Amino acid sequence: MKKCLVVDDSKVIRKVARHILEALEYDVDEAADGEQALHYCQETMPDVVLLDWNMPVMSGIDFLRALRTIEGGQGPRVIFCTTENGRSHIEAAIEAGANEYVMKPFDRETLETKLQLAGAE
Amino acid sequence: MNEESLSAPASKILAGLLEARTGQVISANRFWRIETALKPIMREYDIPDLDALVAVLLSVESDDLQREVIDAMLNNESSFFRDTMMFSLLQKQVIPHIAKERASSKKLRIWSSGCSTGQEPYSLAMMFAEESFKWKDWDIEIVATDISQDALNYARKGVYSQFEIQRGLSVERMLRYFKQVGSTWSIKDDVRSMVRFRQDNLLRSSSDLRNFDLVLCRNVVMYFSPEARHQAYHRLAQALHPGGFMMLGAAETVIGYDTEFSVSKDFRGCYERRPAGEPLAIRA
Repeated sequence: MKKCLVVDDSKVIRKVARHILEALEYDVDEAADGEQALHYCQETMPDVVLLDWNMPVMSGIDFLRALRTIEGGQGPRVIFCTTENGRSHIEAAIEAGANEYVMKPFDRETLETKLQLAGAE
Repeated sequence: MNEESLSAPASKILAGLLEARTGQVISANRFWRIETALKPIMREYDIPDLDALVAVLLSVESDDLQREVIDAMLNNESSFFRDTMMFSLLQKQVIPHIAKERASSKKLRIWSSGCSTGQEPYSLAMMFAEESFKWKDWDIEIVATDISQDALNYARKGVYSQFEIQRGLSVERMLRYFKQVGSTWSIKDDVRSMVRFRQDNLLRSSSDLRNFDLVLCRNVVMYFSPEARHQAYHRLAQALHPGGFMMLGAAETVIGYDTEFSVSKDFRGCYERRPAGEPLAIRA
């Protein structure tokens, strides 16, 4: 079973994402900001990270840049999942090493294909 | 009497109109969708309910209203690269195979039948665009048709909402082939210009949609009655070169229909038009 870390400061979003991901047979864990997520990854490297952009303490993009420099941090497929929908944000995310990008709001089908496209399935 | 049973006869008439004009069948247990689909039109024309709408349709000779009503009842759901695996089969195997056959003429003709709001033909166009080095001196024609004028107008514009753009499209392709305009995404001109859109009813014969190497008719005939399906398969076969390929939707098949197609042995999910002269029956 693949492990997916959901990083979002909204408990509701984490719950919705968990629901979708568990139906797709992922083993899901949660983190409420980038720093928590980074600590998590230093312990257990997930296969997939579903990542919000704007969060307190450490943003999604700062987390991603840090993740890609730590040992084993090239491995996870990272999918941004955010209300930031401008081209410049999307380009910055890809530049920083994101594999896919989902603009909120999204539905199950969109997330499912994005996981496929990111090579996470 | 409750509201549902009151509106049932009107729904039946409207479903009958849809089937007569387009071949699409709405089963009785999905009649509830009709009212939802027609609400915006009823609001626009100040028509209180489905019975009144049917009365208007029967009493006024209004082709425009009838067209609008039919368009609204059609299922136009679509997404980019719908069924990723099938598009990858096309790109990696089917199209290279056809290209080998057409190596001397360097001409390829593809028909996206039932193209809805354009995601399918644009997906094909993007596939060719990203291998442009391979197709440099080729003449690639992508013809996309649909019965719905509204869907075609939408397709021609090539402007998609945030919800539509991320349905099936990778972020890489989105950034490469679309411009962001406010909250929408507009397909770039070089990809748009690769597709030629026109209106067509699959159940009417047309003499000029012919000589295609590949026909995509995906998630279209599934809404048809068996008779209409049969008619559509015949029309699609007529449109193909002998040896040309047809791809249907994941849940569709020609098996069980007496058609000019055989299941492709090489490409799973594709059908091949039998070469001319080959008998329909399997030889002993």
